[in-house]
Amino acid sequence: MNESQRRRLMSLGFILLFFVLWELICLVFGVSQLVLPRPSVIIATFIDRFPAIMPHAIQTIYTTLLGFGFGILIGLSLGMLIGSSRLAFDVAYPLLVGFSSIPKVAVVPIFVLWFGAGTVPAVLTAMIMSVFPIVVNVATGLATTEPELEDVMKTLGAKKHEILWNVSLPRTMPFFFASLKVSVTLAFVGTVIAETVASNRGIGNLMMIASSSFDVPLVFAGLFVLAALGVSLYVIFSFIESRVTGWTKRQDGLSVASH
Amino acid sequence: MNAANWPDAPSSTTEKLFQLENVRVTFGSGEREVTALADTDLKLTKGEFVALVGPSGCGKSTILKLAAGTLRASQGVVYVAGREIGANPIRIGMAFQNPTLLPWLNIRDNVMLPLKIVPPYRHQYRSKRRTEYKDKVEALLEQVGLKGFADSFPWQLSGGMQQRASLCRALIHEPNLLLLDEPFGALDQFTREELWEVMQNLWLATKPTVLLVTHDLTEAAYLASRICIMQARPGRIIDDRPVGFARPRTVEMTADPKFVSLRENLRTAIVTARHSLGDTK
Repeated sequence: MNESQRRRLMSLGFILLFFVLWELICLVFGVSQLVLPRPSVIIATFIDRFPAIMPHAIQTIYTTLLGFGFGILIGLSLGMLIGSSRLAFDVAYPLLVGFSSIPKVAVVPIFVLWFGAGTVPAVLTAMIMSVFPIVVNVATGLATTEPELEDVMKTLGAKKHEILWNVSLPRTMPFFFASLKVSVTLAFVGTVIAETVASNRGIGNLMMIASSSFDVPLVFAGLFVLAALGVSLYVIFSFIESRVTGWTKRQDGLSVASH
Repeated sequence: MNAANWPDAPSSTTEKLFQLENVRVTFGSGEREVTALADTDLKLTKGEFVALVGPSGCGKSTILKLAAGTLRASQGVVYVAGREIGANPIRIGMAFQNPTLLPWLNIRDNVMLPLKIVPPYRHQYRSKRRTEYKDKVEALLEQVGLKGFADSFPWQLSGGMQQRASLCRALIHEPNLLLLDEPFGALDQFTREELWEVMQNLWLATKPTVLLVTHDLTEAAYLASRICIMQARPGRIIDDRPVGFARPRTVEMTADPKFVSLRENLRTAIVTARHSLGDTK
Protein backbone atom coordinates (compact mmCIF):
# COMPACT_ATOMS: atom_id res chain seq x y z
CA MET A 1 0.00 0.00 0.00
CA ASN A 2 1.51 3.33 -0.97
CA GLU A 3 1.43 6.64 0.85
CA SER A 4 -1.55 8.18 -0.96
CA GLN A 5 -3.68 5.05 -0.54
CA ARG A 6 -2.93 5.01 3.18
CA ARG A 7 -3.93 8.65 3.48
CA ARG A 8 -7.15 8.02 1.62
CA LEU A 9 -7.95 5.13 3.92
CA MET A 10 -7.16 7.27 6.94
CA SER A 11 -9.49 10.06 5.87
CA LEU A 12 -12.23 7.51 5.18
CA GLY A 13 -11.73 6.12 8.68
CA PHE A 14 -11.87 9.63 10.08
CA ILE A 15 -15.23 10.28 8.42
CA LEU A 16 -16.62 7.02 9.82
CA LEU A 17 -15.25 7.87 13.26
CA PHE A 18 -17.05 11.22 13.11
CA PHE A 19 -20.45 9.58 12.53
CA VAL A 20 -19.84 6.85 15.11
CA LEU A 21 -18.95 9.47 17.73
CA TRP A 22 -22.03 11.49 16.80
CA GLU A 23 -24.21 8.39 17.20
CA LEU A 24 -22.60 7.45 20.53
CA ILE A 25 -22.77 10.94 22.05
CA CYS A 26 -26.47 11.20 21.17
CA LEU A 27 -27.15 7.80 22.74
CA VAL A 28 -25.05 8.32 25.88
CA PHE A 29 -26.37 11.80 26.67
CA GLY A 30 -29.89 11.04 25.47
CA VAL A 31 -29.98 14.00 23.09
CA SER A 32 -33.53 14.72 21.89
CA GLN A 33 -34.51 13.98 18.26
CA LEU A 34 -35.75 17.56 18.12
CA VAL A 35 -32.28 18.93 18.78
CA LEU A 36 -29.88 16.55 17.08
CA PRO A 37 -31.09 13.31 15.53
CA ARG A 38 -28.68 10.37 15.39
CA PRO A 39 -27.08 9.53 11.99
CA SER A 40 -28.88 6.18 11.95
CA VAL A 41 -32.23 7.93 12.36
CA ILE A 42 -31.34 10.44 9.66
CA ILE A 43 -30.43 7.67 7.22
CA ALA A 44 -33.59 5.77 8.09
CA THR A 45 -35.61 8.92 7.45
CA PHE A 46 -33.82 9.44 4.15
CA ILE A 47 -34.66 5.91 2.98
CA ASP A 48 -38.21 6.21 4.31
CA ARG A 49 -38.93 9.54 2.67
CA PHE A 50 -36.86 8.97 -0.46
CA PRO A 51 -39.79 9.36 -2.91
CA ALA A 52 -40.58 12.74 -1.34
CA ILE A 53 -36.95 13.92 -1.23
CA MET A 54 -35.99 12.84 -4.74
CA PRO A 55 -37.93 15.47 -6.80
CA HIS A 56 -36.51 18.20 -4.57
CA ALA A 57 -32.96 16.91 -5.06
CA ILE A 58 -33.46 16.83 -8.83
CA GLN A 59 -34.82 20.36 -8.74
CA THR A 60 -31.77 21.53 -6.79
CA ILE A 61 -29.32 19.86 -9.17
CA TYR A 62 -31.20 21.22 -12.17
CA THR A 63 -31.18 24.77 -10.80
CA THR A 64 -27.51 24.54 -9.82
CA LEU A 65 -26.33 23.23 -13.16
CA LEU A 66 -28.45 25.68 -15.14
CA GLY A 67 -27.15 28.63 -13.10
CA PHE A 68 -23.63 27.22 -13.30
CA GLY A 69 -23.93 26.85 -17.08
CA PHE A 70 -24.92 30.50 -17.46
CA GLY A 71 -22.14 31.36 -15.02
CA ILE A 72 -19.58 29.62 -17.24
CA LEU A 73 -20.86 31.34 -20.39
CA ILE A 74 -20.88 34.80 -18.86
CA GLY A 75 -17.75 34.21 -16.80
CA LEU A 76 -15.73 33.02 -19.79
CA SER A 77 -16.78 35.87 -22.06
CA LEU A 78 -16.31 38.55 -19.39
CA GLY A 79 -13.00 37.02 -18.36
CA MET A 80 -11.77 36.96 -21.96
CA LEU A 81 -12.83 40.56 -22.42
CA ILE A 82 -11.13 41.76 -19.26
CA GLY A 83 -8.05 39.60 -19.71
CA SER A 84 -7.58 40.59 -23.35
CA SER A 85 -5.38 43.53 -22.45
CA ARG A 86 -3.43 44.77 -19.48
CA LEU A 87 -5.39 48.04 -19.66
CA ALA A 88 -8.80 46.37 -19.56
CA PHE A 89 -7.60 44.19 -16.69
CA ASP A 90 -6.36 47.11 -14.60
CA VAL A 91 -9.43 49.25 -15.32
CA ALA A 92 -12.09 46.60 -14.70
CA TYR A 93 -10.51 44.69 -11.84
CA PRO A 94 -11.52 47.05 -8.96
CA LEU A 95 -15.19 47.05 -10.02
CA LEU A 96 -15.06 43.28 -10.30
CA VAL A 97 -13.65 42.92 -6.80
CA GLY A 98 -16.34 45.29 -5.55
CA PHE A 99 -19.10 43.20 -7.10
CA SER A 100 -17.68 39.92 -5.95
CA SER A 101 -17.41 41.08 -2.35
CA ILE A 102 -21.16 41.75 -2.07
CA PRO A 103 -22.73 38.96 0.01
CA LYS A 104 -24.84 37.27 -2.64
CA VAL A 105 -27.69 36.47 -0.23
CA ALA A 106 -28.45 40.16 -0.34
CA VAL A 107 -29.35 40.03 -4.04
CA VAL A 108 -31.94 37.25 -3.70
CA PRO A 109 -34.73 39.68 -2.59
CA ILE A 110 -33.91 41.85 -5.61
CA PHE A 111 -34.26 38.89 -7.97
CA VAL A 112 -37.54 37.93 -6.30
CA LEU A 113 -38.72 41.51 -6.74
CA TRP A 114 -37.90 41.36 -10.46
CA PHE A 115 -38.87 37.82 -11.36
CA GLY A 116 -41.12 36.57 -8.53
CA ALA A 117 -40.47 33.55 -6.33
CA GLY A 118 -39.58 30.20 -7.92
CA THR A 119 -36.89 28.75 -10.15
CA VAL A 120 -35.77 31.92 -11.92
CA PRO A 121 -34.30 33.76 -8.91
CA ALA A 122 -32.61 30.53 -7.79
CA VAL A 123 -30.96 30.06 -11.20
CA LEU A 124 -29.89 33.71 -11.19
CA THR A 125 -28.45 33.45 -7.67
CA ALA A 126 -26.51 30.32 -8.64
CA MET A 127 -25.24 32.13 -11.73
CA ILE A 128 -24.15 35.28 -9.96
CA MET A 129 -22.36 33.32 -7.26
CA SER A 130 -20.47 31.15 -9.69
CA VAL A 131 -19.59 33.85 -12.19
CA PHE A 132 -16.97 35.84 -10.29
CA PRO A 133 -14.34 33.18 -9.60
CA ILE A 134 -14.51 32.24 -13.29
CA VAL A 135 -14.14 35.83 -14.50
CA VAL A 136 -11.25 36.55 -12.14
CA ASN A 137 -9.39 33.34 -12.95
CA VAL A 138 -9.84 33.52 -16.72
CA ALA A 139 -8.85 37.19 -16.77
CA THR A 140 -5.82 36.51 -14.56
CA GLY A 141 -4.76 33.56 -16.69
CA LEU A 142 -5.00 35.56 -19.91
CA ALA A 143 -3.37 38.68 -18.50
CA THR A 144 -0.42 36.74 -17.08
CA THR A 145 0.39 34.75 -20.22
CA GLU A 146 4.16 34.94 -20.69
CA PRO A 147 5.03 37.54 -23.36
CA GLU A 148 7.76 35.16 -24.58
CA LEU A 149 5.13 32.60 -25.58
CA GLU A 150 3.21 35.30 -27.44
CA ASP A 151 6.41 36.43 -29.16
CA VAL A 152 6.85 32.93 -30.54
CA MET A 153 3.51 33.32 -32.27
CA LYS A 154 4.06 36.92 -33.34
CA THR A 155 7.31 36.11 -35.15
CA LEU A 156 5.38 33.46 -37.07
CA GLY A 157 3.02 36.19 -38.19
CA ALA A 158 0.10 34.82 -36.18
CA LYS A 159 -3.09 36.86 -36.02
CA LYS A 160 -4.51 37.94 -32.69
CA HIS A 161 -7.16 35.22 -32.65
CA GLU A 162 -4.54 32.59 -33.48
CA ILE A 163 -2.44 33.68 -30.51
CA LEU A 164 -5.54 33.56 -28.32
CA TRP A 165 -6.53 30.11 -29.56
CA ASN A 166 -3.09 28.49 -29.56
CA VAL A 167 -1.36 30.10 -26.61
CA SER A 168 -3.45 32.30 -24.33
CA LEU A 169 -6.48 30.04 -23.97
CA PRO A 170 -4.62 26.75 -23.38
CA ARG A 171 -2.38 28.63 -20.96
CA THR A 172 -5.53 29.82 -19.14
CA MET A 173 -7.20 26.40 -18.94
CA PRO A 174 -5.66 25.44 -15.56
CA PHE A 175 -6.97 28.71 -14.12
CA PHE A 176 -10.37 28.14 -15.69
CA PHE A 177 -10.78 24.58 -14.45
CA ALA A 178 -9.50 25.46 -11.00
CA SER A 179 -12.23 28.11 -10.87
CA LEU A 180 -14.89 25.63 -12.07
CA LYS A 181 -14.61 23.37 -9.04
CA VAL A 182 -14.87 26.37 -6.74
CA SER A 183 -17.67 27.88 -8.79
CA VAL A 184 -19.81 24.78 -8.92
CA THR A 185 -19.90 24.59 -5.13
CA LEU A 186 -20.73 28.29 -5.02
CA ALA A 187 -23.55 27.83 -7.54
CA PHE A 188 -24.87 25.09 -5.31
CA VAL A 189 -24.76 27.37 -2.27
CA GLY A 190 -26.56 30.07 -4.26
CA THR A 191 -29.31 27.68 -5.30
CA VAL A 192 -29.97 26.50 -1.76
CA ILE A 193 -30.01 30.05 -0.41
CA ALA A 194 -32.55 31.13 -3.00
CA GLU A 195 -34.65 28.01 -2.45
CA THR A 196 -34.65 28.64 1.29
CA VAL A 197 -35.65 32.27 0.93
CA ALA A 198 -38.05 32.24 -1.98
CA SER A 199 -39.09 29.01 -3.63
CA ASN A 200 -41.57 26.20 -3.31
CA ARG A 201 -39.28 23.48 -4.55
CA GLY A 202 -35.78 22.17 -3.95
CA ILE A 203 -33.88 20.77 -0.99
CA GLY A 204 -33.56 24.24 0.56
CA ASN A 205 -37.33 24.59 0.51
CA LEU A 206 -37.79 21.05 1.82
CA MET A 207 -35.56 21.80 4.82
CA MET A 208 -37.36 25.09 5.44
CA ILE A 209 -40.77 23.37 5.54
CA ALA A 210 -39.48 20.43 7.59
CA SER A 211 -37.97 22.72 10.20
CA SER A 212 -41.17 24.75 10.52
CA SER A 213 -43.02 21.51 11.34
CA PHE A 214 -40.21 20.37 13.69
CA ASP A 215 -39.46 17.36 11.47
CA VAL A 216 -35.80 17.59 12.50
CA PRO A 217 -34.66 14.20 11.08
CA LEU A 218 -35.96 15.31 7.67
CA VAL A 219 -34.06 18.60 8.00
CA PHE A 220 -30.89 16.64 8.59
CA ALA A 221 -31.71 14.19 5.82
CA GLY A 222 -31.88 17.24 3.53
CA LEU A 223 -28.53 18.39 4.86
CA PHE A 224 -27.01 14.98 4.08
CA VAL A 225 -28.36 15.15 0.54
CA LEU A 226 -26.82 18.61 0.13
CA ALA A 227 -23.48 17.42 1.44
CA ALA A 228 -23.50 14.42 -0.93
CA LEU A 229 -24.46 16.59 -3.92
CA GLY A 230 -21.87 19.24 -3.11
CA VAL A 231 -19.07 16.72 -2.75
CA SER A 232 -20.11 14.92 -5.96
CA LEU A 233 -20.08 18.15 -7.99
CA TYR A 234 -16.68 19.08 -6.60
CA VAL A 235 -15.27 15.63 -7.33
CA ILE A 236 -16.62 15.61 -10.88
CA PHE A 237 -15.07 18.97 -11.74
CA SER A 238 -11.80 18.13 -9.98
CA PHE A 239 -11.63 15.01 -12.12
CA ILE A 240 -12.29 16.97 -15.31
CA GLU A 241 -9.64 19.47 -14.24
CA SER A 242 -7.00 16.83 -13.67
CA ARG A 243 -7.74 15.20 -17.01
CA VAL A 244 -7.69 18.38 -19.05
CA THR A 245 -4.83 20.21 -17.38
CA GLY A 246 -2.59 17.32 -16.40
CA TRP A 247 0.38 19.15 -17.93
CA THR A 248 0.61 21.41 -14.91
CA LYS A 249 1.43 18.23 -12.95
CA ARG A 250 -0.45 19.50 -9.99
CA GLN A 251 -1.09 17.02 -7.21
CA ASP A 252 -4.23 18.13 -5.52
CA GLY A 253 -6.43 15.98 -3.34
CA LEU A 254 -10.02 16.52 -2.37
CA SER A 255 -9.85 19.48 -0.08
CA VAL A 256 -12.89 20.85 1.68
CA ALA A 257 -14.02 24.15 0.24
CA SER A 258 -14.97 26.60 2.97
CA HIS A 259 -18.01 28.66 2.13
CA MET B 1 7.73 55.18 -43.00
CA ASN B 2 9.54 56.95 -45.78
CA ALA B 3 8.37 55.89 -49.20
CA ALA B 4 11.16 57.89 -50.87
CA ASN B 5 13.67 55.49 -49.44
CA TRP B 6 12.59 52.60 -51.58
CA PRO B 7 15.50 50.60 -52.98
CA ASP B 8 16.75 52.09 -56.23
CA ALA B 9 16.18 49.00 -58.36
CA PRO B 10 14.58 45.74 -57.37
CA SER B 11 17.27 43.66 -59.10
CA SER B 12 20.03 45.07 -56.91
CA THR B 13 18.15 44.34 -53.72
CA THR B 14 16.65 40.91 -54.34
CA GLU B 15 19.78 39.31 -52.93
CA LYS B 16 19.52 41.45 -49.80
CA LEU B 17 17.30 39.39 -47.64
CA PHE B 18 17.29 41.77 -44.72
CA GLN B 19 18.39 45.36 -44.63
CA LEU B 20 18.40 48.19 -42.13
CA GLU B 21 18.74 51.64 -43.68
CA ASN B 22 19.60 54.45 -41.33
CA VAL B 23 17.44 52.88 -38.67
CA ARG B 24 16.99 54.49 -35.30
CA VAL B 25 15.01 53.08 -32.39
CA THR B 26 14.19 55.12 -29.32
CA PHE B 27 12.13 54.33 -26.26
CA GLY B 28 10.36 56.86 -24.08
CA SER B 29 10.27 60.55 -24.88
CA GLY B 30 11.63 63.94 -23.84
CA GLU B 31 14.20 63.88 -21.03
CA ARG B 32 13.85 60.15 -20.56
CA GLU B 33 14.35 59.22 -24.17
CA VAL B 34 16.69 56.27 -24.55
CA THR B 35 18.28 55.49 -27.87
CA ALA B 36 18.41 51.73 -28.22
CA LEU B 37 19.72 51.82 -31.75
CA ALA B 38 21.31 54.83 -33.45
CA ASP B 39 21.51 55.33 -37.23
CA THR B 40 22.26 51.74 -38.08
CA ASP B 41 22.88 50.23 -41.49
CA LEU B 42 23.04 46.49 -41.91
CA LYS B 43 22.68 44.22 -44.92
CA LEU B 44 22.22 40.49 -44.94
CA THR B 45 22.76 38.68 -48.22
CA LYS B 46 20.71 35.59 -48.92
CA GLY B 47 22.28 32.52 -47.31
CA GLU B 48 24.55 34.50 -45.02
CA PHE B 49 25.13 33.61 -41.38
CA VAL B 50 25.70 36.86 -39.53
CA ALA B 51 26.50 37.14 -35.83
CA LEU B 52 25.87 40.27 -33.80
CA VAL B 53 28.19 40.52 -30.82
CA GLY B 54 28.61 43.19 -28.20
CA PRO B 55 28.02 44.03 -24.56
CA SER B 56 24.53 43.93 -23.11
CA GLY B 57 22.38 46.93 -23.92
CA CYS B 58 24.01 47.47 -27.31
CA GLY B 59 20.80 46.90 -29.25
CA LYS B 60 21.49 43.37 -30.49
CA SER B 61 18.08 42.15 -29.50
CA THR B 62 16.51 45.35 -30.80
CA ILE B 63 17.74 44.45 -34.30
CA LEU B 64 16.24 40.98 -33.94
CA LYS B 65 12.91 42.43 -32.89
CA LEU B 66 12.94 44.73 -35.90
CA ALA B 67 13.52 41.73 -38.14
CA ALA B 68 10.86 39.70 -36.39
CA GLY B 69 8.41 42.53 -36.86
CA THR B 70 7.60 42.81 -33.16
CA LEU B 71 9.18 46.27 -32.98
CA ARG B 72 8.95 49.27 -35.32
CA ALA B 73 11.80 51.57 -36.19
CA SER B 74 11.41 55.13 -34.91
CA GLN B 75 13.28 56.35 -37.99
CA GLY B 76 14.69 54.82 -41.14
CA VAL B 77 13.49 51.81 -43.09
CA VAL B 78 13.62 48.10 -42.50
CA TYR B 79 13.62 46.04 -45.69
CA VAL B 80 12.87 42.37 -45.84
CA ALA B 81 13.46 40.59 -49.14
CA GLY B 82 13.90 43.93 -50.86
CA ARG B 83 10.63 45.46 -49.70
CA GLU B 84 9.63 47.46 -46.71
CA ILE B 85 8.85 45.16 -43.79
CA GLY B 86 5.23 44.08 -43.59
CA ALA B 87 4.67 44.60 -47.33
CA ASN B 88 5.87 41.17 -48.31
CA PRO B 89 6.00 38.88 -45.34
CA ILE B 90 8.63 36.19 -45.63
CA ARG B 91 8.84 33.12 -43.47
CA ILE B 92 10.68 33.88 -40.26
CA GLY B 93 11.90 31.35 -37.72
CA MET B 94 13.09 32.37 -34.30
CA ALA B 95 14.74 30.65 -31.35
CA PHE B 96 15.02 32.40 -28.02
CA GLN B 97 17.34 32.15 -25.03
CA ASN B 98 14.65 30.15 -23.25
CA PRO B 99 13.24 27.22 -25.21
CA THR B 100 9.72 28.74 -24.82
CA LEU B 101 8.06 25.44 -25.73
CA LEU B 102 4.36 25.30 -24.97
CA PRO B 103 4.11 23.10 -21.86
CA TRP B 104 0.74 21.56 -22.80
CA LEU B 105 1.94 20.24 -26.15
CA ASN B 106 4.28 17.32 -26.72
CA ILE B 107 7.50 17.88 -28.65
CA ARG B 108 5.93 16.86 -31.97
CA ASP B 109 3.07 19.34 -31.66
CA ASN B 110 5.42 22.04 -30.41
CA VAL B 111 7.67 21.65 -33.41
CA MET B 112 4.64 21.47 -35.70
CA LEU B 113 3.24 24.77 -34.45
CA PRO B 114 4.66 26.92 -37.28
CA LEU B 115 3.10 24.58 -39.85
CA LYS B 116 -0.25 25.38 -38.30
CA ILE B 117 0.27 29.15 -38.53
CA VAL B 118 2.54 29.97 -41.46
CA PRO B 119 1.34 29.96 -45.07
CA PRO B 120 1.46 27.99 -47.30
CA TYR B 121 1.73 25.10 -44.79
CA ARG B 122 -1.30 26.18 -42.77
CA HIS B 123 -3.68 25.54 -45.65
CA GLN B 124 -2.97 21.82 -45.59
CA TYR B 125 -2.41 21.49 -41.86
CA ARG B 126 -5.57 19.50 -41.23
CA SER B 127 -5.02 16.98 -43.98
CA LYS B 128 -1.27 16.53 -43.61
CA ARG B 129 -0.54 16.82 -39.94
CA ARG B 130 -0.85 13.09 -39.34
CA THR B 131 1.09 12.09 -42.44
CA GLU B 132 3.51 14.34 -44.29
CA TYR B 133 3.99 16.96 -41.57
CA LYS B 134 4.46 14.31 -38.93
CA ASP B 135 7.23 12.68 -40.96
CA LYS B 136 8.79 16.06 -41.58
CA VAL B 137 8.92 16.75 -37.85
CA GLU B 138 10.34 13.31 -37.04
CA ALA B 139 13.04 13.74 -39.68
CA LEU B 140 14.09 17.10 -38.28
CA LEU B 141 14.04 15.80 -34.70
CA GLU B 142 16.29 12.95 -35.78
CA GLN B 143 18.69 15.45 -37.32
CA VAL B 144 19.18 17.20 -33.99
CA GLY B 145 19.41 13.97 -31.98
CA LEU B 146 15.89 13.91 -30.59
CA LYS B 147 14.73 10.72 -32.29
CA GLY B 148 12.11 9.00 -30.16
CA PHE B 149 11.22 12.07 -28.12
CA ALA B 150 8.32 13.31 -30.24
CA ASP B 151 5.73 12.12 -27.75
CA SER B 152 7.55 13.49 -24.71
CA PHE B 153 6.47 16.67 -23.03
CA PRO B 154 8.87 19.59 -22.61
CA TRP B 155 9.23 19.11 -18.86
CA GLN B 156 10.49 15.57 -19.44
CA LEU B 157 13.48 16.89 -21.41
CA SER B 158 16.72 18.50 -20.24
CA GLY B 159 17.44 22.15 -21.03
CA GLY B 160 19.73 21.22 -23.91
CA MET B 161 17.15 18.88 -25.41
CA GLN B 162 14.43 21.51 -25.08
CA GLN B 163 16.68 23.95 -26.92
CA ARG B 164 17.20 21.39 -29.70
CA ALA B 165 13.42 21.10 -30.01
CA SER B 166 13.18 24.88 -30.05
CA LEU B 167 15.67 24.98 -32.97
CA CYS B 168 13.50 22.44 -34.78
CA ARG B 169 10.47 24.64 -34.27
CA ALA B 170 12.39 27.60 -35.67
CA LEU B 171 13.31 25.62 -38.79
CA ILE B 172 10.37 23.32 -39.52
CA HIS B 173 8.67 25.78 -41.88
CA GLU B 174 11.91 26.31 -43.84
CA PRO B 175 12.20 30.00 -43.00
CA ASN B 176 13.97 32.43 -45.30
CA LEU B 177 15.26 34.27 -42.27
CA LEU B 178 16.30 32.54 -39.07
CA LEU B 179 16.64 34.71 -35.98
CA LEU B 180 18.60 33.33 -33.04
CA ASP B 181 18.45 35.31 -29.81
CA GLU B 182 21.25 33.83 -27.68
CA PRO B 183 19.72 30.36 -28.01
CA PHE B 184 22.71 28.64 -26.41
CA GLY B 185 23.31 31.26 -23.71
CA ALA B 186 21.65 29.39 -20.86
CA LEU B 187 23.35 26.05 -21.53
CA ASP B 188 26.51 24.54 -20.05
CA GLN B 189 29.72 24.65 -22.08
CA PHE B 190 29.58 21.06 -23.36
CA THR B 191 25.94 21.14 -24.38
CA ARG B 192 26.57 24.48 -26.04
CA GLU B 193 29.44 23.10 -28.15
CA GLU B 194 27.29 20.15 -29.14
CA LEU B 195 24.54 22.46 -30.26
CA TRP B 196 26.94 24.61 -32.27
CA GLU B 197 27.63 21.54 -34.34
CA VAL B 198 23.92 20.76 -34.60
CA MET B 199 23.22 24.35 -35.66
CA GLN B 200 26.00 24.32 -38.25
CA ASN B 201 24.71 21.09 -39.78
CA LEU B 202 21.18 22.46 -39.93
CA TRP B 203 22.44 25.60 -41.62
CA LEU B 204 24.60 23.69 -44.12
CA ALA B 205 21.61 21.51 -44.99
CA THR B 206 19.27 24.29 -46.18
CA LYS B 207 21.36 27.50 -46.04
CA PRO B 208 18.79 29.85 -44.58
CA THR B 209 19.83 33.44 -43.88
CA VAL B 210 20.68 33.61 -40.19
CA LEU B 211 21.01 36.48 -37.77
CA LEU B 212 22.55 35.28 -34.52
CA VAL B 213 22.75 37.41 -31.41
CA THR B 214 25.32 36.28 -28.89
CA HIS B 215 27.92 37.55 -26.48
CA ASP B 216 30.01 34.42 -26.80
CA LEU B 217 32.82 35.34 -29.21
CA THR B 218 33.84 31.71 -29.76
CA GLU B 219 30.27 30.88 -30.70
CA ALA B 220 30.14 33.79 -33.15
CA ALA B 221 33.43 32.82 -34.77
CA TYR B 222 32.47 29.14 -34.95
CA LEU B 223 29.06 29.64 -36.53
CA ALA B 224 29.04 32.89 -38.46
CA SER B 225 30.27 33.77 -41.92
CA ARG B 226 30.30 37.43 -40.86
CA ILE B 227 30.51 39.13 -37.49
CA CYS B 228 29.16 42.57 -36.65
CA ILE B 229 30.46 44.16 -33.49
CA MET B 230 28.12 46.48 -31.66
CA GLN B 231 28.62 49.19 -29.13
CA ALA B 232 26.27 50.31 -26.37
CA ARG B 233 24.78 53.72 -25.51
CA PRO B 234 23.77 54.45 -28.15
CA GLY B 235 23.63 51.03 -29.77
CA ARG B 236 25.30 50.90 -33.17
CA ILE B 237 27.43 48.68 -35.35
CA ILE B 238 31.10 49.68 -35.16
CA ASP B 239 32.79 46.87 -37.01
CA ASP B 240 31.90 44.27 -39.57
CA ARG B 241 34.28 41.47 -40.54
CA PRO B 242 34.04 38.21 -42.50
CA VAL B 243 34.98 34.86 -40.99
CA GLY B 244 36.80 32.76 -43.57
CA PHE B 245 37.29 29.41 -41.88
CA ALA B 246 36.35 26.41 -43.98
CA ARG B 247 33.22 24.44 -43.15
CA PRO B 248 32.24 22.25 -41.53
CA ARG B 249 34.01 23.77 -38.58
CA THR B 250 34.82 21.71 -35.51
CA VAL B 251 35.21 22.47 -31.83
CA GLU B 252 38.90 21.52 -32.16
CA MET B 253 39.33 24.39 -34.59
CA THR B 254 38.55 26.85 -31.81
CA ALA B 255 42.06 26.15 -30.46
CA ASP B 256 43.65 26.92 -33.84
CA PRO B 257 45.96 30.00 -33.69
CA LYS B 258 44.02 31.77 -36.46
CA PHE B 259 40.78 31.18 -34.62
CA VAL B 260 42.25 32.36 -31.33
CA SER B 261 43.66 35.49 -32.91
CA LEU B 262 40.31 36.32 -34.52
CA ARG B 263 38.62 35.92 -31.16
CA GLU B 264 41.19 38.14 -29.47
CA ASN B 265 40.77 40.73 -32.22
CA LEU B 266 37.05 40.77 -31.60
CA ARG B 267 37.57 41.07 -27.88
CA THR B 268 40.00 43.96 -28.35
CA ALA B 269 37.59 45.75 -30.67
CA ILE B 270 34.77 45.48 -28.13
CA VAL B 271 36.95 46.52 -25.19
CA THR B 272 38.40 49.47 -27.11
CA ALA B 273 34.90 50.60 -28.03
CA ARG B 274 33.86 50.50 -24.40
CA HIS B 275 36.91 52.51 -23.32
CA SER B 276 36.46 55.18 -25.95
CA LEU B 277 32.88 55.40 -24.81
CA GLY B 278 34.12 56.06 -21.28
CA ASP B 279 36.33 58.92 -22.56
CA THR B 280 33.52 60.73 -24.29
CA LYS B 281 31.31 60.72 -21.23
